[in-house]
Amino acid sequence: MTQILVQSLSGLASAASLFLVAAGLTVIFGVTRIVNFAHGSLYMLGAYIAYSLVTWLPRGHFPFWGGVLAAALAVGLIGVVVEVLVLRRIYKAPELFQLLATFGVVLVVQDVALAVWGAQDLLGPRAPGLRGAVDVMGERFPLYDLVLIAIGGAILLLLWLLFQRSRFGVLVRAATADREMLGALGVNQRRLFTGVFFLGSALAGLAGALQLPRESVNLHMDMAIISEAFVVVVVGGLGSLPGAALAALLIGQMQAFGIVLFPRITLVLVFLVMAVVLVLRPYGLMGRANAAAIVLPPEPPLRALSPKGRAVALAALLLAIALPPFLGDYALVVLSELAIAVLFAASLHFIMGPGGMASFGHAAYFGAGAYAAALLVKHFAAPMELGLLAAPFAAGLLGLVFGWFCVRLSGVYAAMLTLAFAQIAWSTAFQWVEVTGGDNGILGVWPSAWAVPKLAYAYLSLALCLGGALLLRRAIFAPLGYAMRAQRDSPLRAEAIGIDAFRVRWLAFAIAAGFAGLAGAVFAFGKGSVFPTAMAIPRSVDALLMVLLGGVQTVMGPLIGALAYTGLHEQLLRVTQFWRAALGAIIIGLVLFFPRGLAGMGPRA
Amino acid sequence: MSLLRVEGLHKSFGGVKAVQGVSLAVAAGELLALIGPNGAGKSTCFNMLNGQIRPDAGRVTLAGQDITGLAPRAIWRLGVGRTFQITATFASLSVLENVQMALLSHQRRLMRLWAPLSAEDPTPALALLERLGMAEQAARPCGVLAYGDLKRVELAIALANNPRLLLMDEPTAGMAPAERVALMALTARIARESGIAVLFTEHDMDVVFTHADRLLVLDRGRMLAEGSPEDVRANPAVREVYLGHEGRH
Ligand SMILES: Nc1ncnc2c1ncn2[C@@H]1O[C@H](COP(=O)(O)OP(=O)(O)OP(=O)(O)O)[C@@H](O)[C@H]1O
Ligand SMILES: [Mg+2]
Repeated sequence: MTQILVQSLSGLASAASLFLVAAGLTVIFGVTRIVNFAHGSLYMLGAYIAYSLVTWLPRGHFPFWGGVLAAALAVGLIGVVVEVLVLRRIYKAPELFQLLATFGVVLVVQDVALAVWGAQDLLGPRAPGLRGAVDVMGERFPLYDLVLIAIGGAILLLLWLLFQRSRFGVLVRAATADREMLGALGVNQRRLFTGVFFLGSALAGLAGALQLPRESVNLHMDMAIISEAFVVVVVGGLGSLPGAALAALLIGQMQAFGIVLFPRITLVLVFLVMAVVLVLRPYGLMGRANAAAIVLPPEPPLRALSPKGRAVALAALLLAIALPPFLGDYALVVLSELAIAVLFAASLHFIMGPGGMASFGHAAYFGAGAYAAALLVKHFAAPMELGLLAAPFAAGLLGLVFGWFCVRLSGVYAAMLTLAFAQIAWSTAFQWVEVTGGDNGILGVWPSAWAVPKLAYAYLSLALCLGGALLLRRAIFAPLGYAMRAQRDSPLRAEAIGIDAFRVRWLAFAIAAGFAGLAGAVFAFGKGSVFPTAMAIPRSVDALLMVLLGGVQTVMGPLIGALAYTGLHEQLLRVTQFWRAALGAIIIGLVLFFPRGLAGMGPRA
Repeated sequence: MSLLRVEGLHKSFGGVKAVQGVSLAVAAGELLALIGPNGAGKSTCFNMLNGQIRPDAGRVTLAGQDITGLAPRAIWRLGVGRTFQITATFASLSVLENVQMALLSHQRRLMRLWAPLSAEDPTPALALLERLGMAEQAARPCGVLAYGDLKRVELAIALANNPRLLLMDEPTAGMAPAERVALMALTARIARESGIAVLFTEHDMDVVFTHADRLLVLDRGRMLAEGSPEDVRANPAVREVYLGHEGRH
């Protein structure tokens, strides 16, 4: 009995910090309709800045809490800078571009934090006077966690008062409910948006700063908290403050009891809850459907390659076939990675371009293919050929299962659900140590003897990946590809001529997953090993970047995007230690200045 | 024997009683015009007939089969073509491809992955477009067409599955007056030749009185009058609430 009480108290303590982070995220979304990936980075900055202030200031109550508060305000200002420099310019861009731009900010902040605070974990001082534990019916409970619960409650109350009683709060609520009306009322939107960003960022900063006495400050805080904050916000309903509070309570308790009851699947559990909620209530517990998504102007009809284009493509293909014998081992490995990137990008483009679906978790299927192949090799001593054959089916099957849920949603909600499923896949690979080896991965995934020489493997990669990409291209020009574009262009008309949009999207999703899985298997045998990073968020972002770099609206886009991105990545790694920041800046620039991608830069209007 | 039979349809949106007790019947080869001022509930009726909206109460039967509450795509498969008040076509597909989509769907050949669409014989789609005077524009993307032309493409799409019933919500809105008369004349001819039942709305009274066999007048969700053009024209209640507004269009 007491144990349950203590567990639920510690659940409340996690709920309090989750709520602080999620409240900022949800208020920012409600008003600006931007899902801010960088919200976790602001949280991390709050912790780092608080660390610097609190260790620099003398010890004592006032310096500690003053430092925490100052860190929150500083982060609020940083949020304003980000809003003014980046986000203000993309309020009208499609959601996926906004997500990507804010992910660019994540990368920049990571390297800034690395440069300023270094890579080692920093352990801050405990809160003065709150070091001990209190006695809760015979069990000991950290005093600081009680304070945290109180602060969470107090902030909830303050926010509620702010939104109910102040003019600012009324405007925020009005903007959340109906943005067009707000414009009509002649409100200064810019100032409102900036104000909301300040508030939301300061809340994230406060949450980060308050973690100082609880855990060490490190460079992984941003990603850890943002996935949880996404879950809370999506479960609560994007834009809903009460929803965020409710979901934070729910998730906090789930984590507290999950650790006791299902210690093996703590990570999976959270995302599972999110998936279930989104399936039952597509707009979260307390959210509402918002206005239609912003879409790009229609793309031109599909055309087969012109004779000139055909000649160029043929020449490139011949070059790819003729060149390898003259390349060194390193270049052959790069060539094979290029081919993998092309197929991975083409498979994501298949659902994003013609399918008009958003996926922020395509790495799940890449990783599923890689793990399927590796597991066959490791546990069943299967030869490479069998692994390569089984991988697309395994990944396609996973695509069928996850896709059944995901393809019903669109826009931000689809992006969030695909992300959640990818995180489920990642957590499984990470936590199911006996089977997957966890963080240590699976080693010894080598090709069959004939494919061991780098030259042979480069040819094998080229054949499988370019072949796969060509098959996808074929499907785009076939009736199914047209049906995909039809349901994307006008769901109303598609339904009215008997097209079952769900089935079309579902099939497309599974096909894309299958080909991503093939890319993953080729990747696994190329590296000789698989790690959970094969299905982590950055890999999903890689795919998105390649597709957006090449341009969503062109069939050749993923090819060009994959080549450009992989080349860029190689170069950045070579020239600077801060390649993340450079990449982040490039992503932001891309979204701001070339939203149609490189292939879309041609003469077409 | 009526092809389409509708009994006691009701639909409310929150507090708005959009449709309150509409009953009607259309026979094969007959053109029934559903008219009424803005917001009378005409589009809502269409949406309930083709399954886009589920009625709160009432029954829709097609050739004796109850189709109330079926999905639009199921109703389409039973031979009901539809055009929309605000045109809905596939903007990134060419005019020809738009019609081919409907044809392929009708033949249940849409989920194919191998042979390209361009290898498909264009003759049937071109023939439909020819009938509506759109064959010259077959290669243009629907996204760049003039509004009147889009309305024609929609009709070609709606005719692709040899429908028994056509539901046309303001088929001539946005067209020049001469075009309107021509399009409705063509529709009427096709309907009579192929024995298609047509239910349409229209704000242009010339078009209505020239082509409709019968009229049904809606006002604020209720049926106000029904009958031949002459009867309706003479009906004092109709003159009061509806024809009094005629200048507005
Ligand atoms: N999805 C909806 N949600 C809420 N109210 C609706 C919805 N659709 C229609 N209405 C309301 O129902 C009433 C009937 O609308 P409907 O579109 O059927 O009229 P209409 O006769 O087609 O008008 P118009 O000539 O302008 O096309 C209107 O008051 C409209 O505002
Ligand atoms: Mg209408």
